[in-house]
Order: sequence, then structure tokens, then C-alpha cells
Amino acid sequence: MRFLLDPEQHAFAASLNGLLTAADTPSVIRDWSRGDHSGGRALWSRIAEAGVFALAVPEEYDGLGARPVELAVAFVELGRYAVPGPLVETVAAAALFTEPALAKRFLPSLAAGGTMATLAPMDSQYALDGDAATTHLSLTPDGLRLAPGPATPARPSLDPARRLTPLLPGGELLSPTPPTEQALTWARLATAAQALGVGEALLDRTVAYVRQRTQFGVPIGSFQAVKHRLADTKIALEFARPLVFGAALTMSPADVAAAKVTACEAAYAAARTALQLHGAIGYTAECDLSLWLTKARALRGAWGSPDECRDVVLSARA
Amino acid sequence: MDLAFTQEEGAFRAEARSWLHAHVPSTPLPSLETEEGFAAHRAWEAELAADRWSVVDWPAAYGGRDCGLVRWLIFEEEYYAAAAPARVSQNGIHLLAPTLFAHGTEEQRARILPPMASGHTIWAQAWSEPAAGSDLASLTSRAVRTDGGWLLSGQKTWSSRAPFADRAFGLFRSEQHTAKPHQGLTYLMFDLRAPGVTVRPIARLDGKPAFAELFLDDVFVPDEDVIGEPGQGWHVAMSTAANERGLTLRSPGRFLAAADRLHQLWRTQGSPHAMRSRVADAVIGARAYQLFTYAAASRFLDGEPLGAEASLNKVFWSEYDIALHETALDLLGPEGELADTAWSEPYVFALAGPIYAGTNEIQRDIIAERLLGLPKGRR
Repeated sequence: MRFLLDPEQHAFAASLNGLLTAADTPSVIRDWSRGDHSGGRALWSRIAEAGVFALAVPEEYDGLGARPVELAVAFVELGRYAVPGPLVETVAAAALFTEPALAKRFLPSLAAGGTMATLAPMDSQYALDGDAATTHLSLTPDGLRLAPGPATPARPSLDPARRLTPLLPGGELLSPTPPTEQALTWARLATAAQALGVGEALLDRTVAYVRQRTQFGVPIGSFQAVKHRLADTKIALEFARPLVFGAALTMSPADVAAAKVTACEAAYAAARTALQLHGAIGYTAECDLSLWLTKARALRGAWGSPDECRDVVLSARA
Repeated sequence: MDLAFTQEEGAFRAEARSWLHAHVPSTPLPSLETEEGFAAHRAWEAELAADRWSVVDWPAAYGGRDCGLVRWLIFEEEYYAAAAPARVSQNGIHLLAPTLFAHGTEEQRARILPPMASGHTIWAQAWSEPAAGSDLASLTSRAVRTDGGWLLSGQKTWSSRAPFADRAFGLFRSEQHTAKPHQGLTYLMFDLRAPGVTVRPIARLDGKPAFAELFLDDVFVPDEDVIGEPGQGWHVAMSTAANERGLTLRSPGRFLAAADRLHQLWRTQGSPHAMRSRVADAVIGARAYQLFTYAAASRFLDGEPLGAEASLNKVFWSEYDIALHETALDLLGPEGELADTAWSEPYVFALAGPIYAGTNEIQRDIIAERLLGLPKGRR
């Protein structure tokens, strides 16, 4: 038992962090929200070059083998920078392509960043960013289909950087028995890690803000009421983190569901605290904080609501 | 990164499980906060010690197995899964012993640790005073130099286990008029039955004498019962405080077992849907606490000291413990009001968690100032 990231995993996180810091993600996100995907696509390619999607792809299809721990490391960073796009959905798609013919057809391009895949989770009719995705997948009662494309119009999300699109019916039947459970597990793990990164960014930004914002002649971060909310935010995130990496190690649906509900609730609580402590400026679309605030709400419901995840945890117990 | 235990660790787990299966009393002992229960729990400590299970992580010379932190965690998981009795020697083995390992002399360790390990000497803590709680450094009980030792005077309070314990440890002011309140304090051990000591038991919420006030009137303590240098008591005590909040006071095994029992209770009550989320949160919280502790243990084994992170841990487990027991009482419905169920005394015990070992308000200040870097302000 040695439950710590190793130096290579830390180095991978640091290199992604460097890449994303240089990418000026707030302006990429705002362009993406307006339907201008060019900056987002360029960033997608760089993320793929860094090997992120390859972490969900076997080596024989140009991937790095299934490496959920490294994938979680990567998605924490993607969340920290609120990177837009169907990142989780592309990972879920990779997990659906287990049959050799499908794997050969789709996975090399997915690993290389040439495929931006989206799909609707089983209980939803909406796929994320169908207007930007290159590959649209439908999970229908008769199996996995390659949908002809997104239906219009897309519906706006509470997170302006996410657009929810119904998919057109029909299309090629790719597999009558796709591994949907496995895809759901990968999607939930990636969402949990992404939420953890979103929560950490919210905490970091709010700590920086309350250190410099003064009222009554002192930084508001010196007030105990402010400190204690941030301490609670820190506690919730620090106890979500081991669940995320523990789940990445076991990949059991119950562990992943526990990580999903805990990380998403910690991130959402971080968002509430961040909004409150920023005051009115945090309530504006203009303030970059909004890019994380709205994502925390969206991730909480994506790929399994808190109660669905709790059900999975209890159902798995004897 | 991995969560796998070695074959040897697996064998250790099996050995602990089999010993506990053969020895854990089939009916629960009376409450350790009663005279009868205290004696029964003391006898249980002796039974544990006879087969070297009372302090597995200590060196063999003092009654342990020198088994290391990972096996200690394994032992604790098995201990609580087996529903073994509460540890009446907890203040000694988790608070005083780490201080002796860090700051005591070899003579002190050889004299004090073996009878602590066997339950022969049960220790009480004597930190708080009527006017010194969260602001512990403002304490006023005095240690005055005398021939061959010190004379203690003053009043301590909220001294857990003191009504039935043998000895106590705490901080005393040995120098007056220091520049700062935490200077000039000395860490001393004293006999609760020494001349000049009056122990007045205090009834906890449920009426049991779980703690006491101590009145000290020129109580003689020999030099050999000072830990560390006189005047350096604050520094000596803080290593104990980190242990109290941190890894050793509340092992994950305790909460994993409690969450299992809560889940069983929920099932026997017909799995009521309205309680589902709270039961799931208890199960998830126990796993989170276990994995958080595994990560902390891994860092510790890498040579990193336990620091302000221990405050995260303390707030988490103390609030988790109350939520879990509140869920159990709610599941019991009308029976939840009864004071003699398996959940009632643990509930009362849990209520104290956010108060002792540094209140959760103090812990949140520590998290905000030392981990998040926020400026100090008025409390």
C-alpha cells in the first residue's frame, strides 16, 4: 500500500498545468460559448498530443493502455482550467469501442485528437457540444448507433460553455451490445476528477480574492466567518481527492459513484462559497469566476445525479 | 500508487482477526465511564497486552510488536470490525506515549510505557482549566520549584477518564511574567491519588462521570516526571496535540465498522428510502476517511511530518461521527430516544468530538491560516 501519486504522475500533472496556463483558457471558453470553436479545437489537439485521450485507449490502437489514475490526474487539470468541450464524452466513447473492428476504426483517431466524440448518457436525450463534435453516438434500446449528427437547435446549459444537443435518430448500428456500464464508469471517473479540479480552482481564486479585498480597513480573509467557510471548502475537497484516486485504482462502479457524488458536491459547495465571498462581482458573467461557478453546477448532474450515485454505492453492498 | 497489501500484511490481518474472534467478549462490557465498566475495560487491556495486541505499533521492549503504521491501520480495522471494547487506555497510548517517544528519557519510557500497555496504569489528560480552554496557553496552574521536584497548585477541568484513572499529564506554569503566554510552561505527570489532589467527577450529558475537575494543592512531583525541559512544555505538548487530532486518535477502522453497522441497521429497518442518502453518505465518508488516512500514512512513511493537515482530519471525523450516529438514532424511530440502545452512548460520546482535542473552530482557523495562507485576525 502506497497511496500517493508517483513522481511521473506529478510531472504529467505539472506539464498539463503548464500547457493550460499558457492557453489562456478564459478567452477560449468565452469563444466556445459564442459558438466559435477554433481556439477550443486547437487546445483539444494540444491536450491530445499530451496523451490525455490515449490514456483511455489500448496500446494496439495507438493508445497508452487503459490508465485511469493518469486519466484522473489529467481531468483534475482540465477542470482546474475549465477546459470546454466533450472531454468526458470522448473518454466514454473510447470505453464503448471494445469490439476489435470498432476499436480499429475509431480509437487511433480518438487518441490522436482527430475525433471529438459526444454521446447522450443513457437517461438523457442530450449530448454535450453536439455542434462541435465530429462523431455523434447514440445509445438506443437496440444498441450503439453512429448518429447522423446533431438535431437543431441546441439548448443552452446553465454553463454557457456547454451546449446540449439532441441527436438525430437512426444511423449505422455499430454494436448491439456495447459495454455501457464500463463507459459509464469511465465517464463518471473523468467527471469526478474534473469536478475536483473545478473545486480547487474555485477555492484558489477565492482565497486570492479575500486576501486582497479589504473592508473595514482589513482584508476580508482575516474575518473568521470568511475563514471558516474556506476551511470547510478545503476539507470537503481534500476528502474527495482520495475517493477519486482510490476509484481510479479499483474502477469498481461503487467506488467511482462514491467519488462522483463526493467530488461534485464538494465542487458545488466550493462554488456556493466562492460566489458568496466574492459578493456581487462574482455574480456577474463578466468575472471569470463565472466560468467555474456554472461548470460546478453542470457537472453535479452530468453522468449521474448525486442520488443515483448514492444508490449505486448502497446497491453494491451485500 | 497502489492500495494492495503485502502477503505478510495479509497474514498479520488474519492473525489479528483470529485472535480477536477468540477473545472479544460476546456481550458488550458495561460503559467504561462507570466504576464497574472501567474495571472491566482495564481487565480487557490486560488480556490484549498478554498476547501483545494492546500497542502493536510500539517497540517490542515496551510491549508492542514494532509493526509499523500500515499494520497498525490493519489492526485497527480488524479491532473495530470485531466490535471489540472501547480503549480505556486511549489517553495514555495515543497522547502521552507519542510525547514520551519524542521527548521522554529512556528511563521514563522504561518506567511508564509497559504498565500503560498492560492497563495497570490508566492515564487521564489534564489540559483545560476553567479560564483556559481554546486559549490553552493562558493557563494559570503553577509548578513551583522545590527540593528534588515541583509543587503543583491550581485547578484543571474536563479531565477525561480522571474519575477512575491512576495518573494524569498536563501543562503547568513554571515561570511567571514571560513575554508570551506559551513560554514558561512545563509538561508534568502526576499521581491522581497523591496528597493534595482532589478529584471531583463531572457528570456528562447522560449523567455518567466521564470527566472530572482536579484541584491541586502543593502536589509534589519529582523531577523524573517532567517531560522535556522545564519551560518548554508548550513545544512538548504540541507534538501530542498533533497526534490527538491526527492519525492515531481516530483510526479509519472505527468508522468503517460503524458505517457497516449503520448500513445493517438500515437494512433491518426495511431499507427506508427516506434515509437512503444519509446512510450512503456514512458509507462513503468512512471510505473517504480510510483513503485519506492511507494517503497521510504514505506521506508519513516517506518522512513527511504531520502538520496542519491534521486539522482537516479532526474536523472531518468529529462531524462525520455525529452525523453517523444521528442517522442511526433517526433510523431507530421512537426507540432512538432510549438511552440503552447500542447507539445511544456512542451518540453522546460523538457529541463531544467537535469540542475536545482543539475545538473545530480553532481547527478551521488553523486550516485557513496555515494551509490556505489567510491573514491572522481576531478570533
